[in-house]
Amino acid sequence: MSATDILIDGKPRGYAKIAVPSATTLLPLVGPVVFILAWWLISASHVVRAVLLPSPLATFAYLGDALVHGTMLADTIVTLTRTLEAFAIGAVLGVPVGVAFGSNERLYRSIEFLVDFFRSMPASALIPLFILFFGITDINKVAIAAFSVFLIVTFNSAYGVMNAKKSRILAAKVMGATPFQIFRDVLLLESLPQTFVGLRNGISTSLVIVVVAEMFIGADQGLGHRIIEGEQILHVTDMYASIVVAGIVGYLLNVLFMVADKRLIHWNGK
Amino acid sequence: MMTATAPPEVVDESFIAVRGLSKAFGGQALYASFDLDLPKGKLTTIFGPNGCGKSTLINMMSGLIDFDAGSVEIGGQDFRAARIGYVFQNYRDSLFPWCSALENIEYPLKLRGISRSVQRFRVEALLAQFEITLDLNRPIYELSGGQQQLVAILRALVANPEVLFLDEPFSALDYEMTLYIRDKLQTVFMETGLTTVLVSHDLEEAVYLADRILLLSKRPTRIVELISYETPRPRTTDIMSDPQFVAVKAHALELFRREMQR
Repeated sequence: MSATDILIDGKPRGYAKIAVPSATTLLPLVGPVVFILAWWLISASHVVRAVLLPSPLATFAYLGDALVHGTMLADTIVTLTRTLEAFAIGAVLGVPVGVAFGSNERLYRSIEFLVDFFRSMPASALIPLFILFFGITDINKVAIAAFSVFLIVTFNSAYGVMNAKKSRILAAKVMGATPFQIFRDVLLLESLPQTFVGLRNGISTSLVIVVVAEMFIGADQGLGHRIIEGEQILHVTDMYASIVVAGIVGYLLNVLFMVADKRLIHWNGK
Repeated sequence: MMTATAPPEVVDESFIAVRGLSKAFGGQALYASFDLDLPKGKLTTIFGPNGCGKSTLINMMSGLIDFDAGSVEIGGQDFRAARIGYVFQNYRDSLFPWCSALENIEYPLKLRGISRSVQRFRVEALLAQFEITLDLNRPIYELSGGQQQLVAILRALVANPEVLFLDEPFSALDYEMTLYIRDKLQTVFMETGLTTVLVSHDLEEAVYLADRILLLSKRPTRIVELISYETPRPRTTDIMSDPQFVAVKAHALELFRREMQR
């Protein structure tokens, strides 16, 4: 959190403190260090067989090598590209649709059940259906993730518009704004914080679905494919390394959206 | 005694004319065939018991709430054709947090398609006229509560309204800020002579600011009296011990008490 705070509090950023990190600033490192230590202890004590759990050192060494000399980077890029494609399609369609539904409450009420139903349904349950329609193709993986993103973004944008502060709408109205001007200058901006919640959930969901799709919709590239293959041919070090990379990708995407949220929706919670 | 010191009812030329206004909430009549005339270029404060519909009245006159029957005319034409400035009770919920102070004030001009340079010029002129200094480029939420309400008032003034409505504009402010904004409002009024209608829940404030005090009854709401208070401006807090101020306030309080006992 503090890293993003520094970016947005508007104070000059040039005066970064040059000092020995204090104990408090090191606190976020405690968790990862303990985690890796526990991992190392379990693998070193042979409680779990070495063939199932390589040591952290072996895993990270392998990961470094796979990134530089192997295909790990290529697989990561494939997964990331699919995730971003699916996200872009879902968001580009979802935001306008959500805003349109949200500004007409009767319209939204009439499709609310449908949106809630598909939103609550595990997207993985639809994978066979998507296979029927799109075949075992690259498009399929993107299509199903885009579908999930679309639902989440639509839902959040619609609620963002519906929950817009009535008094701001009235303020614009009394100043002589036309319905279109109210929509453009008030409703759309009022909905942004909630829309961003949708976008953040959307990007996480997109990654989840893409990785699952890569596992089960015959892919020959991508992190999901790599993980399932590592499991099947018992190349566990590769499997763990791929899992770590998938986690890092998810984390970085989340951080990216959090920073963008704070910068773009600077008024949120003020 | 009371009747001796009470000022006579005045006859003004009507600028805001409300005729046969009716409004019911949940089957209960709040206003039934309500008539009201308010003068041009005067500051009228509206005071009355809780729930008598003080805010509802100005909301209907400014078009924020629909009414069931009747008409409201401002300057001889339907209120929908009038340029109205409105200051909400809660600046937090009525200003645009995604805009700077400047963009908030300029917004009514932007709606009218006025060029950016003219917008800017108009805002600067307004600030200079009322001797207000504000950091215009800061996001609105970084200003103090008083400054935000000042922005709300400037936003209501920027497009040269024919009437300025204010709905309990001080109730979200601390006392210090209330005094400051009250003074600024008085300056604005003296400079512009703008027909102003202000809802107040504080009798002392209602008299202090007013040329006319509109005293309303419990619901179904009628006019108890439109009291005139003509002490010249600028008024300072010193006038609160002035015999005429005390007399008008006592008279209004007496009417209010009598109304509460009905």
